[in-house]
Amino acid sequence: MKQLALVIDLNVCVGCHACVTSCKEWNTSGTAGSMSDFNPYEEDPTGTFFNRVQTFEIGTYPKTETVHFPKSCLHCEEPPCVPVCPTGASYKREEDGIVLVDYDKCIGCKYCSWACPYGARELDESQKVMKKCTLCVDRIYDQTLPESERKPACVLACPTSARLFGDVKDPDSNVSITIRENGGYQLMPEWGTKPANHYLPRRKTKMTIHKDELTRVDNPLNKERQLPMPDSDEQTLDDIMSW
Amino acid sequence: MHPAFSVIFLTTLIGAGQGLFLALYTGQLYSVFNLVPVQDSHTFYGYGSLLALIFLALGLLASFFHLGHPERAWRSAAKWKTSWLSREVIVLPSFMAMTFIYGLTHFIGFNPVLFTISDVFVVTLTLLVGFLATGLAFLLFLCTAMIYACIKFLQEWATPLTVVNYTLLGSASGFTLATVFAAYAGTQLVSFYAGWAIILTAIAFITRVASLIRNARIKPKSTMTSAIGIRHTKIQQKSRGFMAGSFNTREYFHNASEALFKSIKWIFPLLVFVLPILILSSGMSTNSFVIFAMAFVIQYAGLIAERWFFFAQANHPQNLYYQTI
Repeated sequence: MKQLALVIDLNVCVGCHACVTSCKEWNTSGTAGSMSDFNPYEEDPTGTFFNRVQTFEIGTYPKTETVHFPKSCLHCEEPPCVPVCPTGASYKREEDGIVLVDYDKCIGCKYCSWACPYGARELDESQKVMKKCTLCVDRIYDQTLPESERKPACVLACPTSARLFGDVKDPDSNVSITIRENGGYQLMPEWGTKPANHYLPRRKTKMTIHKDELTRVDNPLNKERQLPMPDSDEQTLDDIMSW
Repeated sequence: MHPAFSVIFLTTLIGAGQGLFLALYTGQLYSVFNLVPVQDSHTFYGYGSLLALIFLALGLLASFFHLGHPERAWRSAAKWKTSWLSREVIVLPSFMAMTFIYGLTHFIGFNPVLFTISDVFVVTLTLLVGFLATGLAFLLFLCTAMIYACIKFLQEWATPLTVVNYTLLGSASGFTLATVFAAYAGTQLVSFYAGWAIILTAIAFITRVASLIRNARIKPKSTMTSAIGIRHTKIQQKSRGFMAGSFNTREYFHNASEALFKSIKWIFPLLVFVLPILILSSGMSTNSFVIFAMAFVIQYAGLIAERWFFFAQANHPQNLYYQTI
């Protein structure tokens, strides 16, 4: 059993939308494309996107925290969008757990988008079929690319490495270790969808320094020196020599 | 959810068609037991089935407008093992075919005795075909309603009341339509159908109001906390990630004003239940076709409003991610 997924670290996401644009750039020209735009430079523009970065404010001003929240298909282990599809166009791959749409079978009834609690699916207005994140299935297995580039476009684009990619079913993979050690969690666990994508919470990195740690308690000079310590505002030998 | 008129017309039209068929068959069953006068096969059941078929066909036609690729609609029969939509796609044409056979056998008067049960109950061909079609009619109500009721996070829909309401509302409008048809055909079944229409409408009123009360008390299971997984009581969206519109902002919001939404909540029970019951009961003394036709038109218009409200009221959890621009 393999389940490819993303792990998104909310602690380091800076909300730059690089994953959004690189996703759109790669996928609109890839096998999942096109991701059509309408009225891009006019009033009321609209378009298809697989990935978005949203921003939330936690707490009451001024004691707030800003959280940037990238949102794409979570490739659920129990995807509610798959069994409702009347044609079988929506399916979950056995070999790696990626949830995909067969554009040639999709009738554009939108039922799967109703059945996704996360709103991860969008009907493409030009092709009239349902589209969604493919985890860049057309590049992660591409043997012509160097191995380091066989990752989803969003992962490669992230400047802060907030996005990790790997097999969440392999307990020794980097994503599994990160989920385990950094408190990775799933979205809307109440519906039993078991999302494969995980999110890492905000973490505070703090160092506590106690007062006695500022001076060396076990300084051997305390016992060995012969003359008393000079006062702190007195000139030392260094100051005299510095001219 | 954004109410799609294709689906509104599909569910209300086939509901009335199914109800009309059930009314015709009820009439035939009653006449077998000599409870109501026997009707003419050719004019009453033949043309009545045709009328039911017209409603079903119009509903089917409306459903095609919902699809991005109507030419691939045949594919949707594939996943009947898991999808209620797929099941509906199979059951609707099957029911139409059975209604057609029912109407045709009546129309040409081909109604041989098939067998008798304990030497009393004579089962004829139309009676058997009608029995099978009745089963399919109820199965179709179940499939149509379960399309909505099976999505557990649309909490307004995920209740057995959805199935009950689809069945009762469809049957009520079908029996009202049967009353109109009986009055037009000049049969003695007018009061019989009007009576049943009033009873079904009254029961549907109780169950639909029950679902309104239930939905008013729903506590959403998904919250901002579970949506983004941050454990804090005060979470406010500052940006949904784009300023333009998208599928997410169009498909899941009804985008009607609060005033319109609230007024439809009060208008539809009036049109679907109160007025038709009043008109039907007043019409029973006169047997006037026009009055019954008015009752059906008002009830059908009310059902369109009811279905609009049914969709608009459903609050999709994805909306949590699209609170602000």
